[in-house]
Amino acid sequence: MSDSIDSADRQDDFAKRNNWIARSNRWFATSFVLIGSTYLVLILGMLLADVAFVLDQSVSKAKNASSFWGSMLADNPISVSLRDPKIQYSIWLSMISCTLAAILSVVFAVPLGYVLSRIPFRGRNLVDAFLDIPIVLPPLIVGLSLLILFQFAPFRWVARSIVYQVPAVILAQWAVSCAYAVRTMKMTFDQIDPRCEQVAISLGCSRFQAFSLVTFPEAKLGLLTAFTLAWARSLGEFGPLLIFAGATRMKTEVLSTSVFLEMNVGNIEGAVAVSLLMIAMSIAVMIITRWASYRPADWKA
Amino acid sequence: MGQLSSSRLEGLVASMIVLDNVSLRAGAFRLEGIHLLVPAGEYGILMGKTGAGKTSLLEAIIGFQPVVAGSICLAGRDVTQLNPAVRGIGYLPQDGALFSTLTVEENLAFALKIRRVDKKRIASRVRDLAELMGIGQLLKRQTHGLSGGERQRVALGRAMAFEPRILCLDEPLSALDSETREQILQLLMTIKRMNKVTILHVTHNLGEAKLLADKIFRLVNGKIDVSDIVGNCRTSSDIMEATERGPQTVRYM
Repeated sequence: MSDSIDSADRQDDFAKRNNWIARSNRWFATSFVLIGSTYLVLILGMLLADVAFVLDQSVSKAKNASSFWGSMLADNPISVSLRDPKIQYSIWLSMISCTLAAILSVVFAVPLGYVLSRIPFRGRNLVDAFLDIPIVLPPLIVGLSLLILFQFAPFRWVARSIVYQVPAVILAQWAVSCAYAVRTMKMTFDQIDPRCEQVAISLGCSRFQAFSLVTFPEAKLGLLTAFTLAWARSLGEFGPLLIFAGATRMKTEVLSTSVFLEMNVGNIEGAVAVSLLMIAMSIAVMIITRWASYRPADWKA
Repeated sequence: MGQLSSSRLEGLVASMIVLDNVSLRAGAFRLEGIHLLVPAGEYGILMGKTGAGKTSLLEAIIGFQPVVAGSICLAGRDVTQLNPAVRGIGYLPQDGALFSTLTVEENLAFALKIRRVDKKRIASRVRDLAELMGIGQLLKRQTHGLSGGERQRVALGRAMAFEPRILCLDEPLSALDSETREQILQLLMTIKRMNKVTILHVTHNLGEAKLLADKIFRLVNGKIDVSDIVGNCRTSSDIMEATERGPQTVRYM
């Protein structure tokens, strides 16, 4: 069998090729793990650097204080920031505005996601792509476009009570986070078997009954994901806010604005402290989402 | 609308499911001038190759697929333009499509709750259904974790809960292993013997068809070919054929 294609037929080639495959597999696994872990190290490094910076600041201050641990507890940058009424206002406004923006996002995302997932119509793909615009648009442009929009009627009539005011914060956050919520809800409805809804209709339901009794309860988890994702997006929103809502202390200052303002006045400690607060909130939101996405079915033995 | 001659009309009065000159279009796919007639209380089987349009035709009867031309009459009523919710058909899709956020009991009671039937009647109906389907011990269970056969029993019970005069079954046995398949076959035969419902059952398994059918409709090249099943061909070898061969029988068609 000198002209055999498969080298498995020839003993010498067989061993050589086996070695080569084994070496290649090792190389493949190692290089992929190395490349992948570089990025993981970067993420971890960024977080640890913030923590190290704050610790370093606290320790150098506490060394000169009468009570080391008392100072560590009271004078570290985070405690200092938390005592600042401007930061307190910023935290409070962030909580309120992110929650409202996330609620608004979900309210709009449920019908939009449902229609995109279930109802075939001409131009559906176009609408689907259109909804990516807030995601791909440079954030500053979103803010500027909102600002310009409010130059025109009917928006102009209410511009005075919105632009550079608290409502502008919520509107700017919602404008971007809603797109993420729509994506999540569309994916959620895509994964729910439309047959269930059809069965419900054949059993005597109106479309709304079928939606509210069968599809919506199944979408609850996706709804929670959409809400937390929109909330986290809103927390990180900055570009559109700066242009559309401004960065006025005690008025339109949210946490991302605080970081910017503290940096501007040269208070890096304060900026890092607020950043750590935001990191903690983001991680908390992420954990809640992950935890909630384990269905009871996953837990059964 | 198709014109019915008076002599044909007489025959139709006694019929439960009547498709008269029905045309469908779904994308590039089309069916034209379909005639189909299932007499009251009979068990009709609709066969055809994958992609022949069996499921589309079934969906047209239930009301999920718009009819381009012709008319559909169920129990003497023209339902061509009616919403699926009021057609009074019990529908069993291939995979059961159980409502996963509800318990088995709530699945069975669903159609009755929608109809605002009072609680006592719902409870007794659910009990009867559970007994008929052999799922009494599952009532409090959630639907995930049910086996394939159990899912089909629950789905069939749910479809029959509101005592529809017509059942539409879309390949109810094709996703089951051979043992479960035989059990569900026996259940369908029991339901057939009760003589309360008219059934249209879509399958591509000839053994299944021979065993259950009063009439077999073959959908070939967009036309319906009818054969009546007369006499007793339900021997044990037929049961073997229905349970063992499964989807391979497609090749014989």
